[in-house]
Amino acid sequence: MKTIDKLITWSLLKSPWILHFNSGACNGCDIEIVDALTPKYDIERFGIVLKATPRHADVLVVSGPVTRQQAKRLKTIYEQMPDPKFVMAIGACGCSGGVFDGCYGVVPGGLDQVIPVSVYIPGCPVRPEAIIDGVVKMIQSVEAAAK
Amino acid sequence: MSKITIPLGPQHPALKEPENFMLVLEGEQISGATVNLGYNHRGMEKAAESRTYLQTMYLLERVCGICSHSHTTTYITNVEELAKAEIPQRALAIRTLIAELERVHSHLLWLGVAGYEMGFETLFMYTWRDREQVLDCLELLSGNRVHYSMNTIGGVRRDISIEQKAEVSRRIKFLEERTRYYIKIGTEEPTVAARTANVGMLPPAVALERGAVGPTARASGIARDVRKDEPYLIYDQLDFKLITHNTNDVFGRLVVRVLELVESYKMIHQILNNLPEGPIAVKVPMKIAPGEAVNRYEAPRGEDIHYLKSNGTDKPERVKVRAPTLANLQSVAYMLEGGWLADVPLVIAAIDPCMSCTDRASVWDPKKGKMALYGWEEMRKLGIEHYKKRGVNFSGL
Repeated sequence: MKTIDKLITWSLLKSPWILHFNSGACNGCDIEIVDALTPKYDIERFGIVLKATPRHADVLVVSGPVTRQQAKRLKTIYEQMPDPKFVMAIGACGCSGGVFDGCYGVVPGGLDQVIPVSVYIPGCPVRPEAIIDGVVKMIQSVEAAAK
Repeated sequence: MSKITIPLGPQHPALKEPENFMLVLEGEQISGATVNLGYNHRGMEKAAESRTYLQTMYLLERVCGICSHSHTTTYITNVEELAKAEIPQRALAIRTLIAELERVHSHLLWLGVAGYEMGFETLFMYTWRDREQVLDCLELLSGNRVHYSMNTIGGVRRDISIEQKAEVSRRIKFLEERTRYYIKIGTEEPTVAARTANVGMLPPAVALERGAVGPTARASGIARDVRKDEPYLIYDQLDFKLITHNTNDVFGRLVVRVLELVESYKMIHQILNNLPEGPIAVKVPMKIAPGEAVNRYEAPRGEDIHYLKSNGTDKPERVKVRAPTLANLQSVAYMLEGGWLADVPLVIAAIDPCMSCTDRASVWDPKKGKMALYGWEEMRKLGIEHYKKRGVNFSGL
């Protein structure tokens, strides 16, 4: 592994920067994601920082089923992110379409029909604890792959 | 000065949900604004037609994660009205209790988001920390933090024990104390006043003309609240004040919401102290007799209207949802015009928008570059034409 790659992996492990994208969710998962960032759960203590632009983000956190309107925008945002990049599918809708699977406004299947997904976090809505667990598992797998 | 048009959204750090505002700018000042919707349109009303009444309840709960109880309650009130079911008083009281807890959680959430948008992040962190108390109450009562699913057709799913009552009132007492502190901050803190006073003005006449609802209308001095105008559940037995404010700006909307919190606490104590005894649910048949029903409900964001048409089977024929944000969005375009670019996120946040409730069927014509919103009649006309071309004539129906 080159030194630059080592540096990138190190910074990713120590402080993953996330971008939250609502691809058509009901807000349930979104408020739980924000909950995870606020004092009771406070995932900022693991170095996780919410970013405003895809160009600064390492992890794309997507909540909700992908609506047909949002599918191409989601792809653009994914392409704007620098490598290495990861995607977290939040909630039952992100994993499989959930209760909205089959609705005419929604891309059939889950988020992985549109962009590649690294971590699936099921739940309707997910609990903040589950989000923290998913983030930790993702970091662990990156760590294991780097060794 | 030359004009430039900039898009805000659908992905924008100030917006928590996909929506799009096209802002025409002259320097820093906004000279025109258009709202584009549809990014969150999933097609739930159609999906409801292929599910049974009970399944539809769980689907409609997911119209919106913040006011989920509002949508289910309005929907099942329609179903129960058509089924002519007599709902026990205890169930109605529990529904009201959850509704008020939901209002507390939603208003605290809004206060935090407003703090975030005005650059007052401490307020955001404080309110979201305190909001956990009411989420704990909801979890204690219903078993879930966000989608409570407390309702079921014919009543509620869970009863409330004495221990739960004591725990809820303990937490609400804590919140009452914290809310006094927020009232102090909201009215005395110069940062809040500087960012919110005279921002996003909505005069009462315009609010009426554009059909504003909920705290947005009440902050323009319009006394409009379904809980008072047409009491549902057990609101006619509760003692509470209708809060209005006359500054017509974001500051007024903040004051209205914070004072409504105090009223909600009052109501929660009243319900907990006078919870009627008796059963919590009655049996309602799977098949509902043909008919139509409309019900109104004061959701945290304003008036929520549901329409239901049944045809005698176990599935609804038509479900229609008019969410409060749709009514308030017309006012947003007015509020933005003449304002400053830096105030845009705050003005948008001030109506507490909820796009997942709102998005309607809209058609984008790329050749003509035109956006058209289709109503029921036009959709029907289009459908008839579509099938005529295929040799079937439905126009007689």
